[in-house]
Amino acid sequence: MSNVGVYIELRGDEFKKANREALGLARSSGKDVYAIIFARDISAYENEFKGIPKVIQIKNENLTYQPDVYAATIANIMKEHQLNDLLGVASAQGKDLFPRIAANTDGSIINDCIAVDFDNHTVKKPVYAGKLISTFKLSGEFRIITIRPNVFPVKEKGSDNQPEVIETGIVKVEEKLKIIDVIKSETKKVDLTEAEIIISGGRGMKAKENFKILQEVAEVLNAGVGASRAAVDSDYATPDMQVGQTGKVVNPKLYIACGISGAIQHFVGMKTSKVIVAINKDPEAPIFKKANYGIVADLFKAVPLLKEELQKIL
Amino acid sequence: MNIYVCIKQVPDTEAVLNIKEGKFINEENIKWIISPYDEIVLEFALQLKEKNSDFKVTLITVGPPRAESTIRSGLAMGAENAIHIEASDYLDHKTIAKALAQALKNEGDFGVIFTGKQAIDDDASLTHIYLAQSLEIPVVTNVIGFQMEAEKVIVEREIDQGAREKIEMSIPCVIAATKGINDVNEPRYATLMGIMKAKKIPIKKISIQDLGIEGATPTVTTEKLEAPPEKPSGRIIEGEVTESIKELVRLLKDEAKVL
Ligand SMILES: Cc1cc2nc3c(=O)[nH]c(=O)nc-3n(C[C@H](O)[C@H](O)[C@H](O)COP(=O)(O)OP(=O)(O)OC[C@H]3O[C@@H](n4cnc5c(N)ncnc54)[C@H](O)[C@@H]3O)c2cc1C
Ligand SMILES: Nc1ncnc2c1ncn2[C@@H]1O[C@H](COP(=O)(O)O)[C@@H](O)[C@H]1O
Repeated sequence: MSNVGVYIELRGDEFKKANREALGLARSSGKDVYAIIFARDISAYENEFKGIPKVIQIKNENLTYQPDVYAATIANIMKEHQLNDLLGVASAQGKDLFPRIAANTDGSIINDCIAVDFDNHTVKKPVYAGKLISTFKLSGEFRIITIRPNVFPVKEKGSDNQPEVIETGIVKVEEKLKIIDVIKSETKKVDLTEAEIIISGGRGMKAKENFKILQEVAEVLNAGVGASRAAVDSDYATPDMQVGQTGKVVNPKLYIACGISGAIQHFVGMKTSKVIVAINKDPEAPIFKKANYGIVADLFKAVPLLKEELQKIL
Repeated sequence: MNIYVCIKQVPDTEAVLNIKEGKFINEENIKWIISPYDEIVLEFALQLKEKNSDFKVTLITVGPPRAESTIRSGLAMGAENAIHIEASDYLDHKTIAKALAQALKNEGDFGVIFTGKQAIDDDASLTHIYLAQSLEIPVVTNVIGFQMEAEKVIVEREIDQGAREKIEMSIPCVIAATKGINDVNEPRYATLMGIMKAKKIPIKKISIQDLGIEGATPTVTTEKLEAPPEKPSGRIIEGEVTESIKELVRLLKDEAKVL
């Protein structure tokens, strides 16, 4: 008997959308799915777990993420319930936690997968910044996989069956590090790595204040705002907004690049976007070769118009 | 304090990669560089050294003989020492980490060990965790802020939505840094003098066999390497901008169905 576990990542109390993708993928395996969640109360997530056979709820006094405790606890649960495959999201937390679980279980691990074959124990993931795709075989008793957000279809609403909830506690291990505070960003930003729509600005934005026009479109679309490295280096945007080789790898369904030339280091960070739109005044800009739709225009004219048009339909 | 910076040699970001034997990259004509996150954290380590005269910065790498050129670049930036653990390429991350850990143990006295948050060849984001596990010391990933006090460090780690976790831990520890750590965004250029000086620094060479890393079969193996599907080349929406934007929104809604 071999089951699939899904680690549910919460942001505060919020159930992240990518969890639904992990649950959807787990269900496609045909195996019994166990959702694993650290929470005192899971009644708010009732709908999310419909049709999932089992939920393992770990009740814990401390509600902040504790890497070593979480890893030890999940490793224990995997052994106890024969969760030979464990899925999670390749988020900042996922990429911190999952390798620790692998270390704890002596399991095999691949981060950021875009395809999973549960029968053959193989996964696909982009390597060399997405220039190539590698197929990896995971051997050993435990296979630990984080998935790239926005790749897998979300779990469809299943039957109305409520899961069996198994309550348990944490495994007490010495925490080698102490999280002493969580500092929220001043402005509530849409997280780029999970955003469905991103509008980004490059050197063509000319000034920090001008990012406001992107922000306005983002509000209409509920999108994240990204930037090229040139924009970050010129202080038009903050480093956490950088998309690309040394910034974030993003994977939205729509990416709108404004005043970005389309250098390879930028492109590799957003190339898997389902649809790419480029707005650039230079018809020769390389970005147009990579975009699904291109607009040759001054962005300071085009972006406000875009906002108006979007407001009409949304 | 002895600061170590783990650097990995990777293909240049602009390199065109061809596949060999279905699962390797063809190394001919590839230019090799220090993985960019490692280069940034090296810059950061060198800045720490400039503020603390009793700090020593040592580079450490696991790689084939060609990795020496990358070590030289790191020395030219200003690192004082380097260890090259010579191995064939294509080692799994756990083995690389074990080799790094063993070499560090042999060195004896290590303080903060810096790594990048990921190497840009296979984007694994694993080595630092295995390294910390082998050394039984704490590790924090995605570090964007770093401060040192007596026997401990306080770091900030970037999480979702621009938020940060503030974390305290003891030294020794592993710090896997992202770009922008304490606002360091650019590595320095090596000066001519730096390059000349670097040529004379002896690199400590250790063969991986001598470290006694047992040849455990890796749990992850590459089966296939392939090029991603080509995107159909784009379409320029012609016309005056008021019209073309209207058309764009229509296409996004009705054709691409992403709105
Ligand atoms: C190791 C390494 C790592 C890197 N990592 C990254 C990374 O992570 N992310 C990244 O983005 N880059 C990265 N780069 C940098 C990259 O090579 C490019 O320099 C950068 O992406 C260029 O940014 P840009 O397109 O905004 O600027 P530019 O190339 O200067 O392009 C600006 C564009 O704006 C257009 N424009 C100007 N004014 C207007 C206007 N009014 N209306 C419309 N269009 C206008 C211009 O036609 C031009 O095409 C990296 C480079 C290296 C070497
Ligand atoms: N072969 C290696 N030699 C030295 N350091 C390495 C090596 N591989 C990985 N690292 C370090 O570990 C970090 C994470 O790498 P990875 O797990 O491959 O994504 C890198 O940024 C390096 O700092």
